[in-house]
Amino acid sequence: MSSPESGSYDATEAAPHGKPRATEWPLWEVFIRGQHGLSHRHVGSLHAADAESAIKNARDVYTRRNEGVSIWVVEAAAIAASSPEEKGPLYEPSNDKVYRHPTFFDIPDDVGAM
Amino acid sequence: MYAQMIKSTGKGVKSLDEMDPEERAFQERINAGGKIEPKDWMPDGYRKTLIRQIGQHAHSEIVGQLPEGNWITRAPTLERKAILLAKVQDEAGHGLYLYCAAETLGVSRDQLTRDLLSGKMKYSSIFNYPTLTWADMGAVGWLVDGAAIMNQVPLQRTSYGPYARAMVRICKEESFHQRQGFDIMMKMANGNEAQRKMAQDALNRFWYPSLMMFGPSDKESVHSAQSMAWKIKMNTNDELRQKFVDQTAPQAAYLGLTIPDEHLEWNEERGSYDFSEPDWEEFFDVLQGNGPCSVDRMEARNKAWDDGRWVREGLLAHAEKKRARKMAAE
Repeated sequence: MSSPESGSYDATEAAPHGKPRATEWPLWEVFIRGQHGLSHRHVGSLHAADAESAIKNARDVYTRRNEGVSIWVVEAAAIAASSPEEKGPLYEPSNDKVYRHPTFFDIPDDVGAM
Repeated sequence: MYAQMIKSTGKGVKSLDEMDPEERAFQERINAGGKIEPKDWMPDGYRKTLIRQIGQHAHSEIVGQLPEGNWITRAPTLERKAILLAKVQDEAGHGLYLYCAAETLGVSRDQLTRDLLSGKMKYSSIFNYPTLTWADMGAVGWLVDGAAIMNQVPLQRTSYGPYARAMVRICKEESFHQRQGFDIMMKMANGNEAQRKMAQDALNRFWYPSLMMFGPSDKESVHSAQSMAWKIKMNTNDELRQKFVDQTAPQAAYLGLTIPDEHLEWNEERGSYDFSEPDWEEFFDVLQGNGPCSVDRMEARNKAWDDGRWVREGLLAHAEKKRARKMAAE
């Protein structure tokens, strides 16, 4: 697996000299920040030969309707991701810490807004 | 619909008791409305069926550019040309979203493309019909995109996360497509006598092929039953076809056009229209590759792939060279 979500992109063909060459453009994950000050958000992926063309392709594929004012692209193979099997050990510890939520504390109405 | 006659395991739906614990947990998650994500465990049949379905859907978006691309250079005004160009560009985008969703299942886009070009994978039967006049651009947007929306809206709730997310993006854009088609139909239907005839002729030719898009009745199909249990198919073909007819018949009346079906009639009891089935023999024939434009479509796709080879390779070589230079400089 060369990316967090997708299959392998290591298809090659024999070259007359040197090592076999890749025949498929690598996969890039695309993140876009909209106009209203929110963080960059993952919107999808695409193929491109390099980062520069990945940004140009992302412009065409993911911002045809003014969806964003800033684009990040990351080669999918460079992303490390947690796996579903780790779900328990990773997230369960927070289940018994309900006091982290403000609603855990009863504040009398007389105190006013808090 | 852009995916027709998708085969699943063909074995019929297992009950929860017949499943091993892994599959049972998977099915229960789907039953509870949960999403399956790429790295989650999934039955082999679910993965394979989805690859076929999403792949065929993606191919339909790509091949679907051809009948409309046919009219870009001949659009009647500059504005219509710009709109049509934007629409065809959207179709390319929809194809790309879907290929990316399919890729999360462990198949590459190039592999899917090769399977399309070799004829191993199919695309929707509708794109094997010619677009003969400008009114066809109206009929395609109004009827073909209208039929596609019927299927795509419920698929936003499909069980496979990446597919559902691609559908959300597509549905947002699809409504523009249908409305631009209807806008063309209104203009033509309210135009002069020649234009009105052209609009009627386009409706005559696209009506039955549009009904075929939903595929033949699948009430009895084990494939459909399995796909519905997996929530990668949300409605039966007949349900969607009925919904499409019920929505479209009043729109045709609004345009003052006649749907070419003498049996089309409102059924008070059912609260739906009765209508004639399309010619299913023609459908199977078109699906076999014998549609009026089947050969042209495949030739055009193969030519585009072959002609684009030097670009794909050139950009890869350039990227490789830049990377090597950067490494050398560091």
